Amino acid sequence: MAVPSPDSPVRTARITRVFIYLFLLLFALFYLLPFGIMLINSVKPLSEITGGNMIALPREWTIQPWLSAWSTAQIGVQPTGLRPYFINSMMMAFPAVILSTMVGALNGYVLTKWRFRGDTIIFGLLLFSCFIPFQIVLIPMARILGILQMAGTTQGLIMVHFVYGIGFTTLYFRNYYAAFPTELVRAAQIDGAGFFQIFWRILLPSSGPIIAVSFIWQFTNIWNDFLFGASFASGGAAPMTVALNNLVNSSTGVREYNVHFAGAIMAAGPTLLVYIVAGRYFVRGLMSGSVKG
Amino acid sequence: MADMTGSGADFRTRLQTWLPKLVLAPSLAIMLIFVYGFIAFTIYLSFTDSRMLPSFNWVGWQNYERLFRIREWNIAMRNLAIFATLYIGISTVIGLALAIFLDQKIRAEGALRTIYLYPMALSFIVTGTAWKWFLDPAIGLQNTMQMWGWESFTFTWIKDREMAIYTVVIAAVWQSSGFVMAMFLAGLRGIDNEILRAAQIDGASNWNLYRRIILPQLRPAFLSAFVILSHLAIKSYDLVIALTGGGPGNATALPATFMYSYTFTRNQMGIGASSAVIMLLTIAAIMVPYLYAELREKK
Repeated sequence: MAVPSPDSPVRTARITRVFIYLFLLLFALFYLLPFGIMLINSVKPLSEITGGNMIALPREWTIQPWLSAWSTAQIGVQPTGLRPYFINSMMMAFPAVILSTMVGALNGYVLTKWRFRGDTIIFGLLLFSCFIPFQIVLIPMARILGILQMAGTTQGLIMVHFVYGIGFTTLYFRNYYAAFPTELVRAAQIDGAGFFQIFWRILLPSSGPIIAVSFIWQFTNIWNDFLFGASFASGGAAPMTVALNNLVNSSTGVREYNVHFAGAIMAAGPTLLVYIVAGRYFVRGLMSGSVKG
Repeated sequence: MADMTGSGADFRTRLQTWLPKLVLAPSLAIMLIFVYGFIAFTIYLSFTDSRMLPSFNWVGWQNYERLFRIREWNIAMRNLAIFATLYIGISTVIGLALAIFLDQKIRAEGALRTIYLYPMALSFIVTGTAWKWFLDPAIGLQNTMQMWGWESFTFTWIKDREMAIYTVVIAAVWQSSGFVMAMFLAGLRGIDNEILRAAQIDGASNWNLYRRIILPQLRPAFLSAFVILSHLAIKSYDLVIALTGGGPGNATALPATFMYSYTFTRNQMGIGASSAVIMLLTIAAIMVPYLYAELREKK
C-alpha cells in the first residue's frame, strides 16, 4: 500500500505514515509541555499549584501573579518587580544591536568588495572571536569597565555586547555581500562614485533581509545573555535574565511559583514575539551562523 | 593656491584607496584588544598568584598543577564529558529523526517546525526555570503522576547527586534539538531528487536509500551540528545556574561554573584564569581546524 507521491521520491507505506505522524506529534508535545504548563500555572493561585495537579486548568483564574511579577515582587532586596529590569534590558539591547549591525555591514562590505592582502586572516580572527568561551575575557573586561567607570552600568553592558557582537554581524554581511555582483560596484566606481556612495546607494538598498537577520539574531543573543549581565551589572542595572534568576532563586520567604512563571514568560516574551513574527529570518540567522559560506 | 586643486584631487584618490582599510581598522583594533589582548592577559594571569585582584607575581605552572588536584574541577570535567557526549548524541539523533520525518510531505509542516524550534529563542534562564519546576518531585511530574493514581511513580533525578547532571542534559536537549532538526532539514532539501529517483528505479529500498545515498550527503550538516553543539556544551553556564545552581552540592558543576565561582566568589583569580584557559583550548581544538577548513574552501 504505497502512497503515491509524485513530488517526493521516497515513498512510504500507510502504516509507516501513521507512525511518523505519531512520532512528530509526540515531540510537538514534548516541546510545548514545559512552557505550556508554565503558562497555565502562571494564572493559578499558589494554593492550587502546591496542592494540585500541574496539568489541570485553574479552578480560579487570577492575573495577580502577573501584576506581582511586574511591579511588586522582591528582586534581591528591593520589592520593585521585574519592570525596571525589563527596561534595563531594552535600553541595553537596542543600542548594542543597532551599533553592531552598522559596523558589521560596513565590515562585510569592505571584506567582499574592497579586498586586500590579508583580508581572509582578518576575517578569520573576527570569526574565531564568535566562538571563544567568554570566561576567557571576564577578568580583564571587569578591570577595563572599572577603569572606564562603567562597571555596573547599562552603558558598560552596551559596550560589551557591541564588542563581542561585531564578529557575528560581520559574518552575516560578508556572506550576504559575497553573493552580490561585484561588477555593479566596479561600474559605479568607473562612474566616479566613492566608497560610501556605493555602499549607501547600491548595497544598502538591497540589504533588507540580512539587516533583519542581524537585528533579530543580535537582539535574541543580547536579550538572553546572562553571563555578562551577572558579571558586570548585578544590582540596579541588572538585565532581565539576571533579575529573573534572582527572583526564582531567592531563598527568603514562600516560593511563589506562579509569580516565578509569570516572570519567566515576561523574560521570554520579547524574543518569543520576534521569533513568531519573523521566524523565517531567525532560521536564516541560525543557518548562516552555523554553516559558514 | 593654484596647485591646491591638484593635490586635493590626489588626496581624494589616495583617500579612496585607504578608506576601506580605515573603515575596517576600528573593528580590527577592538578585536585585537578586547579579544586577543584579553586572552593574552588572562593567560598571563593564569601563571601568577592573583587572588582577589590581578597580581603580576609569576608562579609558573603552579595554578595548573593545583587546578587538576581540585576535586570540584575534576567533577566539572567529568560532568562536561558526560554532558557533552549525551547532549550532542541525543540532540543529533532527535534532530535527524525529526528532519527525516518532516521531509515526508507532512501536513502542517510549517507549524510543527515552528513548535520544534521555538525553545531556541528562549533564554537558558527561562528554560532552566521551567524544567527546574517540572522536575521538582514535590510539585512537578512526580506529584502529577502520583495524583493520577500511579502511587509508586518516582522521579527525583534533580535532587539526586548521581543523576542530577542528566536533568541538565534533558533541558539542554529540549532547547537545542529543534535547531539541529533545522540544519538537517536544510541539508535534506538540498539533495538532488534525480539521484534518488534513479536509485529507486534500480530497486533500492527506503532503508538503503537513506543509508547509502542520503545520510552520506548530509556530512556537512553532521559536522556543523557537532561543532555548534560542542561549543555550546563547553560554554554552558546559564542553564546549570538556573536549573540546579551547580548542585546538589557541586554535583552538576561544569568548567564554566567552576571558573566563575573560583574567580569572583572564592577570590582565587589565578586558578580561575587557568580554568578559563583550559576551556579556551578545548574549544580552539574543535573550532580552529573547522574554521580553517571552511575559509580555505571558500578561496
